[in-house]
Amino acid sequence: MTDLEIILNGERRQVPGPATVADLLRHLDLDPRTVVVELNRQIVRRIHLQETSLSSGDTVELVHFVGGG
Amino acid sequence: MTSTISAVPTSTDQPLLINGRSFRSRLMVGTGKYHDHGVMARAIEASGAEIVTVAVRRVDLDRSKAEGMLYHLSSSEYFLLANTAGCYSTDEAVRYARLAREAGFNEFIKLEVIGDRETLLPDTEGLLSAARTLVKEGFAVLAYTNDDLITALRLEDAGCAAVMPLASPIGSGLGLLNPYGIRTIKRRLTVPVIVDAGVGTASDACLTMEQGVDGILMNTALAEAADPVAMASAMRLAVESGRLAFLAGRMPRREVAMPSSPAQGMLE
Repeated sequence: MTDLEIILNGERRQVPGPATVADLLRHLDLDPRTVVVELNRQIVRRIHLQETSLSSGDTVELVHFVGGG
Repeated sequence: MTSTISAVPTSTDQPLLINGRSFRSRLMVGTGKYHDHGVMARAIEASGAEIVTVAVRRVDLDRSKAEGMLYHLSSSEYFLLANTAGCYSTDEAVRYARLAREAGFNEFIKLEVIGDRETLLPDTEGLLSAARTLVKEGFAVLAYTNDDLITALRLEDAGCAAVMPLASPIGSGLGLLNPYGIRTIKRRLTVPVIVDAGVGTASDACLTMEQGVDGILMNTALAEAADPVAMASAMRLAVESGRLAFLAGRMPRREVAMPSSPAQGMLE
């Protein structure tokens, strides 16, 4: 087990590794059905969350819908 | 409560068609700025809206298990229309639109490319370029724009599914500042024209619909009303009333009076 250092929603963060994007969402207690993931500016489609590995230095954005006009 | 209020007789009106999808209600509402999710849900219900807008933002990782807004809005009951609010460039707006589509609801995007922080007026150059890109990628683009006919025509040429000129700046509540401009856009475009932003109260909504536009999108007028649920009912009636008045065809304007009672038969 080696921790990964990633930039998550703009903040440097240590997460347990090795990890896939799906592992990260589980670690953060987020439901993959309600979140969209961008890894290094590329959208990770929901069906690929399980097979997409994270590396140290990755930039991850997690977005969802909020109130708006 | 609102269900007892009769709607526009459906025989006198067609459903609103956007990109091949059919909608009963001509009122669309936003979900921003509400202090309370429960009030928001009741206001949206009272408005009778089917199309409800949402924004795309980062998940707040510090708030553990905060109830998402979507918890209060069933995506089977409402048609969720994601926006690109807060985007100031073509690239940013395109990025947000792609993220919104990935969230998996539909191909619609309410495209905003803002050009100025004080007025939130659109950057029409950035808007057109983002619209062209997104149309190519298969999005149904509903473009938030100003009351300028030429931009509206170019957005239609770019393949937008609907054009959304403003009544007045976002969140201003100043009402319909340029009825002529809106009427002209409606007269010249083939795609639906939906007035977005600036409506403050029911008379604004009614006057806007009387110009013949296909619908109105509003947010702040409901969210910042002292009683959002009551205002939502008022807006529903105003939109229906304005639509019905437009379809009915108003009397001509005259500069001189014309008596309503017979001029004959008066006593000597």
